[in-house]
Amino acid sequence: MATIELQAIAHQYESGQGSASSDAAEPFAVNTLDQCWPDGGAYALLGPSGCGKTTLLNIISGLLHPTAGSVLFDGVDVTARSPEQRNIAQVFQFPVVYETLTVADNLAFPLRNRGLPRLDIDSRVASVLTMLGLQEKANLKARDLSVDDKQKISLGRGLVRTDVKAILFDEPLTVIDPHLKWQLRTELKKIHQQFQHTMIYVTHDQTEALTFADRVIVMHEGSIIQVGTPQELFEKPQHTFVGRFIGSPGMNVIPCVVEGATAIVGEHRISLHASLGSDFRNSGLQNTELGIRPEYVRLSQEQGLPAAITAIEDVGKHVVVRVMLAGHELKAILREGELIPQHPKVSFEPGKINLYENAHLIEAAE
Amino acid sequence: MKTVNNKAWLMVLPVLLLVGLSAIIPLMTVVNYSVQDTFGNNEFFWVGTEWFQEILHSERFHNALQRTLLFSALILAIEIPLGIGIALAMPKRGIGVSVCLVLMALPLLIPWNVVGTIWQVFGRIDIGLLGHGLASLGLDYNYTQNTFDAWATIIIMDVWHWTSLVVLLCYSGLVAIPEVYYQAARIDGASRWAVFRYIQLPKIKRVLLIAVLLRFMDSFMIYTEPFVVTGGGPGNATTFLSIDLVQTAVGQFDLGPAAAMSLIYFLIILLLCWVFYTVMTVSDQRASATKGRNH
Repeated sequence: MATIELQAIAHQYESGQGSASSDAAEPFAVNTLDQCWPDGGAYALLGPSGCGKTTLLNIISGLLHPTAGSVLFDGVDVTARSPEQRNIAQVFQFPVVYETLTVADNLAFPLRNRGLPRLDIDSRVASVLTMLGLQEKANLKARDLSVDDKQKISLGRGLVRTDVKAILFDEPLTVIDPHLKWQLRTELKKIHQQFQHTMIYVTHDQTEALTFADRVIVMHEGSIIQVGTPQELFEKPQHTFVGRFIGSPGMNVIPCVVEGATAIVGEHRISLHASLGSDFRNSGLQNTELGIRPEYVRLSQEQGLPAAITAIEDVGKHVVVRVMLAGHELKAILREGELIPQHPKVSFEPGKINLYENAHLIEAAE
Repeated sequence: MKTVNNKAWLMVLPVLLLVGLSAIIPLMTVVNYSVQDTFGNNEFFWVGTEWFQEILHSERFHNALQRTLLFSALILAIEIPLGIGIALAMPKRGIGVSVCLVLMALPLLIPWNVVGTIWQVFGRIDIGLLGHGLASLGLDYNYTQNTFDAWATIIIMDVWHWTSLVVLLCYSGLVAIPEVYYQAARIDGASRWAVFRYIQLPKIKRVLLIAVLLRFMDSFMIYTEPFVVTGGGPGNATTFLSIDLVQTAVGQFDLGPAAAMSLIYFLIILLLCWVFYTVMTVSDQRASATKGRNH
């Protein structure tokens, strides 16, 4: 278990065969970043495909040597060390099993390689088998199992060592059945609470990230955009990307003009006092956008800005209503039992409006 | 409902005809010769299994069979591990890949009798680079007179000629292993040997089976190269079954015994291939049998 620190880490993949012309074109997979993740936390690296989250994970585990910067475990520079020396466990997206070995031998493999006493190995393997519900298959050859079970073995090999500095997961539940996914995620959460391992979980699935992690690190195009609790990411997205990426549907982001403490959308005026404090004044903001979660958009007959309904999507537990407001599309989530008004008027819940300048959040003055 | 259309047989007819003309009819001619005796003039006498009994009890046949088995065993024992080793050492990407592949493919492209001629000249003590080189080092090397030298020359020649095939087959299996397996092995702290034993070997097992079968069959049937280099000598030291067979059939014109011998030869190859195949796939079958019981 360790505190993981990244100092000025950056990574650039080598371009092809390195002909001089293509060198410049290769972008950084991870832009220079500094992070410190305290010991024992459950972290999720969240972002769309190709945002650099797996690259960052491989840099932490030591599978990849960063182009620049250093990785520290508990204050010790481990940048030059191999994954084995770093004592890291990592679970990959697709199942990796040693096909000719039995399930139990697969789980024992990382322990045997480190020369643990036989009794310790047996007891660890037995407990991981129970944890994953694989007891009955312990003596089967790994290649004869289903994909689900193979991925369980992969997970198990990550969890079998108790002395690891951190356990890294690279979208480990991608190939797993939805029903089992839920169960395994709960299991991982439980293991985390029990052993307090530092766990880093890479995913592009916000539900997975938000349910698994205490702190979520949102990445976009090789940079970390926001680090926060699930609550913070929901209420105060630091960047319009985070707002749009998190939530289902994502945050409404509509361009606006700010005059004093009033946002003007088309010909509608919306007060920003409740969100940004009573002494907020526009001080020459440019490219401003207004962000509001669909959960906080109210539709009613009586008061608000007139809008036209363009689409209604019933997604089961709630209804998403798309409306046009001054030429911009807005999504609103209707709470259970709420009726869709004939001629809806739109209002925003006070205090839930976020204001962005050049896509970055403007914080309320304390 | 499955519709049975007997016209489909017509589609298979060309293949059947081709196989019949190219394989079955010539084979039946051999069978025909093996149970009859002839003194020319197209006169044949029925002799039953006499030729087979003669061959099976002939010391000459036993000796040739033993030499051939020893040769195949040595070839497999050298070429399979060496081929795997070279394949493991070959680069996985970059310009080195094409260079290695071309170098590996070169010996395979040379006609067999040319390979024989190359080594025949190469090993000569008067003008050959190898033979003369060894002689000038004071070594008593002479493949035309010394049995050990003749065997060594033929085996090194075959290793030079055919190891590439094993290399190419194994390499194709190795490059198909996803990088993530090696990453997982690094995370698990696996040794180089463990990586080979538990990742690479299981993944190349199938191509390795093909390599073993091909190398066994080819080495067991080898004719051209030793014929060109040693002509079966010194004495009968390198007279393998194939050379013996040609001597019997073409040299002595003993068609009956030669036919019986070629059928026995064929059955031995078939039997040994079946043994190799069974041994190398038996663990798969055992695994699926266990699986069957559990479901």
